[in-house]
Amino acid sequence: MRFVLRRLVALVFLSIGITAVAFVLTQLVPSNAAATNLGEQAAGDPAAVKAFDQHYGLNHPLPVRYLIYLDHLVHGDLGQSSVTHDAVTHDLGQFIPATAELALYSILFAAIVGIVFGTIAALRRNRPADHALRVLSLAGISMPTFWIALVALYVGFYELGWFPGAGRLNPGVNPPPSVTGLYTIDALIAGEFGLFWQALHSLILPALVLAAFNVSLLTRFTRSAVLEVIGNDYVRAARAKGLPERIVVVRYILRAALPSVVTVLGLVFANVLTGAVLVEKIFSWPGIGQYAYEAAVNLDVPAIAGVSIFVAVVYVTINFIVDVLYGVIDPRIRIT
Amino acid sequence: MSSLAYALRARPRASWIPAAWRQPLAIVGIVIAAAWIVIAIFAPLIAPDDPLAQTFTPAAGPSWHHLFGTDELGRDVFSRVISGSRVSLPIAVTLVALAATIGSIVGAVAGYFRGVVDGILMRSTDLVFAFPPIILAMVVAAVLGRGLFNAALAIVVVAWPSYARVVRGLVLSVGDSEYVQSARLLGASSRRTLVRDVLPNVAGPVFVLATLDLANAILLLSGLSFLGLGAQPPKAEWGSMVAEGTQYFQWWWIGTFPGLAIFTVVLAFNFLGDSLRDVFDPRTARRDAEVEP
Repeated sequence: MRFVLRRLVALVFLSIGITAVAFVLTQLVPSNAAATNLGEQAAGDPAAVKAFDQHYGLNHPLPVRYLIYLDHLVHGDLGQSSVTHDAVTHDLGQFIPATAELALYSILFAAIVGIVFGTIAALRRNRPADHALRVLSLAGISMPTFWIALVALYVGFYELGWFPGAGRLNPGVNPPPSVTGLYTIDALIAGEFGLFWQALHSLILPALVLAAFNVSLLTRFTRSAVLEVIGNDYVRAARAKGLPERIVVVRYILRAALPSVVTVLGLVFANVLTGAVLVEKIFSWPGIGQYAYEAAVNLDVPAIAGVSIFVAVVYVTINFIVDVLYGVIDPRIRIT
Repeated sequence: MSSLAYALRARPRASWIPAAWRQPLAIVGIVIAAAWIVIAIFAPLIAPDDPLAQTFTPAAGPSWHHLFGTDELGRDVFSRVISGSRVSLPIAVTLVALAATIGSIVGAVAGYFRGVVDGILMRSTDLVFAFPPIILAMVVAAVLGRGLFNAALAIVVVAWPSYARVVRGLVLSVGDSEYVQSARLLGASSRRTLVRDVLPNVAGPVFVLATLDLANAILLLSGLSFLGLGAQPPKAEWGSMVAEGTQYFQWWWIGTFPGLAIFTVVLAFNFLGDSLRDVFDPRTARRDAEVEP
């Protein structure tokens, strides 16, 4: 418990640090916040500018402005995007589900394939299958995501016409009534199976592209985790009892090896996010990666700060959970 | 493999260079990387056309005249891919060297002085690690202003902390090791222990990290250029060439070949780095001596 508490305190300090970094970074943008946010008309009106400056504390020195920003943040106000002219929190709410859905299917696929590949590689250690999977997984982490996306789009959409090329649903189709924001799940809840298939169909190509890097990562991790347990006496005993190989692998080897694979979850998330920025642009996927990209190229200060704080806090929280889980799995970690 | 592990165990100070040659992937990596370096050096001699020269045959498919076809402006894609090596490779090498130097110095200072200095420096690495690399790199690149130089600088900002952590850990453990303590007891100067005992133990892992980082740096740099935050048109940079390819993706050759160039270079460094990691640390990657079914 003390271990969890200590990590939690560290998490809180880290989150505060994140807001400071994001704030200071965005303050380096040379721009006139009032003019970009209020538009020409209002910016000519001294009273409106003054009110704006007052609200965001723009007439104060940097540290005070940071405290004001923090105060707004605590009250759920991340400011207003200068591109969408909506509250950044509202925008985030709009864009997060699209990425969450993409990430969910992509990670699910990567986990299944990666664990199967990694187990095969470990069981066939130093045989051709292992060497082939090593080369394959190195190739997987070497291919630029945006290039795989381009090739997938050309083959799957342009040449074969098997998959839609852009967006979460066909153009002109209304999304299902929002419950979770994930179209596939919402469609199932509403009982609209046609819509479910359409949403799933649109997901396949970008989710597969996004999975490439994580399949490689999980293959490598599973391989070493399985090798860690494969030489243990209880595995030998299970084989000596004459248990079928399938049962030995699933019940004895994987059950012991898989918990440590959980520790790569943080990395997997970072990879999905990195991929999302690039893949969402190509597939016109209205997700958080696309939002972050638009914010960055348009120097949309409140949006940049908001999205990077959000992403970083989710990222460190996942790492915190991983740390705690790891402490549960391996009590030795708790001491350090 | 097992003979390699055995050799390393039997002769702890054995030179690692011959051992690296026993790794076929390392050889493949070296050959591909060397080929790209030669291409980069002699690019103007190899490229048949000026990478920026527009012709009157835009969007022509691959042929004997234009090996990789021409892009939407009629520029020879083959020449552009060749000349792109002169952009990505030198920048990636420079920025990784810079990140490794900054990170190593920070790590060494933290590990040597410990205490408050260590705390402050390591918390700052935590802060950088708190952001997924592409998000921080994208924001820094955007804030500094679009361009190759700023994109490279942004990557240095996200890359240095891993070196700081590794070097700090090594300096801490090597400094506490018995052979360094005994060297000190025997009256060796701190400079001598640093150069003879500490540095050789730090250099290997930093070198492995840098090789793998070279792969990441090229991916990230081309990614930023793909997003329009790095190289600006009409410069022949691989990432921005793939971006052009996505706009005209019915002409597959415009984006496919530059992407293939990125892939081969990154693969070469990953092959090399992965093999070097095995050689330097036989415990981590491919344990096989101790596990027999």
